[in-house]
Amino acid sequence: MTQKLTITELETIANNIRIDIIKMLERAGSGHSAGPMDLADIFTALYFDILKHDPKKPDWDQRDILLLSNGHCVPVLYATMAQAGYFEREELMTLRKFGSRLQGHPERTRLPGLENTSGPLGCGLSQAAGMALAMRMNRQLHRYIYVVMGDGEQNEGNVWEAAMLVSKYKLNNVIAITDRNNIQIDGPTELVMPLEDLRAKWEAFGWHVIEIDGNNIEAFIDATAMARAIVEKPVMIIAHTVAGKGVDFMEYDFHWHGTAPNAEQAKLALHELRTLGGKIKSEHE
Amino acid sequence: MTNLHLVDSMKLKDVVIEPIRKGFGRGLLEAGKRNENVVAVCADLTDSTQISLFAKEFPERFVEVGIAEQNLVTVGSGLAAQGKIPFVSSYAAFSPGRNWEQIRTTICLNDRPVKIVGSHAGLYTGADGATHQMLEDIALMRVLPNMVVIAPGDSLEAEKATLAMAEDSRPNYIRLSREATPIMTTAKSPFEIGKAYVYTGGTDVTIISTGTMTYQAMLAAEMLFKEGIDAEVVHVPTIKPLDNVTILESARKTGLVITVEEAQINGGLGGAVAELLGEELPTHIKRLGMRDHFGESGKPEELFENFGLTAKHIALAAHEITSNKKARS
Repeated sequence: MTQKLTITELETIANNIRIDIIKMLERAGSGHSAGPMDLADIFTALYFDILKHDPKKPDWDQRDILLLSNGHCVPVLYATMAQAGYFEREELMTLRKFGSRLQGHPERTRLPGLENTSGPLGCGLSQAAGMALAMRMNRQLHRYIYVVMGDGEQNEGNVWEAAMLVSKYKLNNVIAITDRNNIQIDGPTELVMPLEDLRAKWEAFGWHVIEIDGNNIEAFIDATAMARAIVEKPVMIIAHTVAGKGVDFMEYDFHWHGTAPNAEQAKLALHELRTLGGKIKSEHE
Repeated sequence: MTNLHLVDSMKLKDVVIEPIRKGFGRGLLEAGKRNENVVAVCADLTDSTQISLFAKEFPERFVEVGIAEQNLVTVGSGLAAQGKIPFVSSYAAFSPGRNWEQIRTTICLNDRPVKIVGSHAGLYTGADGATHQMLEDIALMRVLPNMVVIAPGDSLEAEKATLAMAEDSRPNYIRLSREATPIMTTAKSPFEIGKAYVYTGGTDVTIISTGTMTYQAMLAAEMLFKEGIDAEVVHVPTIKPLDNVTILESARKTGLVITVEEAQINGGLGGAVAELLGEELPTHIKRLGMRDHFGESGKPEELFENFGLTAKHIALAAHEITSNKKARS
């Protein structure tokens, strides 16, 4: 195994992923900003520390699986995959364009390395359950399936059907992650359709719940290590994130859920990211 | 014409009857024995859908998801992703009735070869009433890119279809019905996905039927023969992909087509045949089936009588369509 990256190195990668997300969305002219930005730390941790995977062999049969259940957040997945070496970063600029492998919502059959087709919400955990059941039948006990879900997504009944099944069969190689950024398209989650007490809901469904700061890479890595160690129950990591994390004018604002930055906004955002919020000078200016 | 090895007599007193779903149950058990990757998933209807035979033999390859049809098919997608050949079963009214979008996204667009088994489809569901008499399943599944749609004519054909599905690399839907219906085929009868079979040759009118309605079409052909009309019965167990060649050949020969199904004609077999003929060979067509309305509680025979789906009704339609033709010519 290659040497582990330090937390500082991982944070630099996460910042680069955020820069790419802003550029991709501005070029695309449409798409979702807030979720992908706040998930950059989690995706960096997954692809650069946690997942057993090989960008050169995306079909490797011993790989861990990453399922993006909230498919609208796919810009963060594409940007992370490019950083990890699945494809060239230039291709990121084809997001949402005709003929691109980078569809507006992920289509598995178009891009090696994608594990599912998603967009319509609430399906990732069910697919994880099916994969985990198959792995158990195949006696592949050391492969993990990480499912990234949105919080608003949990309005969907399908999520809770899956929650019951994963718990029933004690599919403890399924590790679910909720991006708890508190926003969905129509507004704050607690106004659109209250989710709280979210922890109590998952616990009542037979899950072990870990709550962390989802923008803290080290905390997330530790939480996944704990999740793998817990074998009695499946684990839900509720990752509290700041919607739009990294760009001041996007943070906490639900209007950025389904909007892409225009040229002027992208310029401001990129400046903030490149200077780490004014802490350093940008080489681009 | 190839020998289809059908039973010698189609008369009701001579035929053996058995529910089509029983054939599926046997087929799945056999498919499970042939291939260890065949697995089964059910939504609290294990006995009704006859998946119980498989579940008893291979408990470690059987998954019970409870009354959760959205989860049912999506778990199927996940199983298929890891190399399994999942048969996921429920009543057709619930699957694919309730979970169409999950089938569309996680199975068809995602290209996972899940086998969707919809039992208790059609009017044979009788007393349960309109909620449970699934009549829209053919239309719902036929419209999905990638999806294969199969409605076997009897239990033996269902058994063969199930074995064929286990070897097919595409997503499949199979439609089953509840009550015992006549077995028209024998062990030697051929079945291939995508093939239509000319059960009885004729020159005056083509009767294209699917599922349980083929038996009624055969009875109608006998009646018509005595009345001087030589009808050709084309059994279509695979509605998608449709066997265009066989259907066009028959339509070209007779110039008159009747379709019969216990399903909505809009988007059903009637829709499929009308689309084909409209594009390739405009032909006078009469579609028998449900015409934009629901069923209701009753004995199946009462319902078939009420909705005009008996041999007698098919024969009447044949008389009507042939006399119209004579009047026009």
